[in-house]
Amino acid sequence: MRYAVLCAALALLVGGGELLGQSTPSPPNARATNPTPGPDSILEARTSAVAAQLRCPVCQGLSIQDSPSGLAQSMRALVRDQLAEGRTPDEVKAYFVSKYGEWILLAPKPRGFNLVAYLVPVFVVAAGATIIALAVRRWTGATGRADAAP
Amino acid sequence: MNWRRAAIAASLTIPVVALFAYGLTRDPREIPSPLPGNPAPPFALTVFAPGEPSLGRPIGDTIRLADLRGRVVVLNFWASWCLACRDEHAGLSEVARLYAGKPVTFVGSLYQDTPEAGTAWIAELGGQSYASVQDPDTRTAIDYGLYGVPETFFVSPDGQIARKITGPAEPAVVRHVIDSLLASASAAGTP
Repeated sequence: MRYAVLCAALALLVGGGELLGQSTPSPPNARATNPTPGPDSILEARTSAVAAQLRCPVCQGLSIQDSPSGLAQSMRALVRDQLAEGRTPDEVKAYFVSKYGEWILLAPKPRGFNLVAYLVPVFVVAAGATIIALAVRRWTGATGRADAAP
Repeated sequence: MNWRRAAIAASLTIPVVALFAYGLTRDPREIPSPLPGNPAPPFALTVFAPGEPSLGRPIGDTIRLADLRGRVVVLNFWASWCLACRDEHAGLSEVARLYAGKPVTFVGSLYQDTPEAGTAWIAELGGQSYASVQDPDTRTAIDYGLYGVPETFFVSPDGQIARKITGPAEPAVVRHVIDSLLASASAAGTP
């Protein structure tokens, strides 16, 4: 009996108004304080992740996630709708590539001439490290010779 | 020793300069469209500006691309806030009149704008011979890979996007594209 009362009290606490058929208005910061993300916030996060990878056609180097322009907002809404319909992020990106070409992807696919964008930084870092190593070796060598000199 | 240093500097500098030089040969604002040569995305959009009785459609009618098979479709995206759209407006209206009675349909599609503003703009510019439709949520514009207005798409009678014009469409170019599409359609036996 005590167990049943406890369960009922817990159910009221957890289910709250829904169990009693009430619809209590959520406080404005309900989403921020909710520890378990609801389906809406998950969809929103997935939308943001895809939108951050798509270039805004009417901006200079902004993603449709970051741009406040009307077209970017419409494109973001379309990303959201397509994800809600069950398309995967790759399928959504493929849709935009089929309309705007690969240009629409902020990070180009690592193939062909695009590889330059990925490989040049590696070569530059390697070249810089080599130059520093050579310079350090020369300086330490010179110091060593100077120390050895009478 | 100096030669060695110069060779190292050159081997590091020349590829970078060559890369930048290649970059200068490309226009960063040019967006290549993958659409020409592919099937035109279908649309079903509601008329808000009827156009002239012989060329237009009543307000509230739905224009479907699927119903226009066998015709050349000139789909022009425009907006009342777009200055370049003013430049092409009279020319497009006039060219549409020239093809009255031929298997050619002009459709204006309003982009990121309200029908009220669009209707006022058409009235201000002395009317539009063909009908214009609304594009709720910009879905058709995105389907056509639009990145600004005006943009004009030419759909061949077999439903393929034959050509796209970015910026104001010159009447002579529009006529040339329509004529060549009509000619190739009649050569292929399509009405």
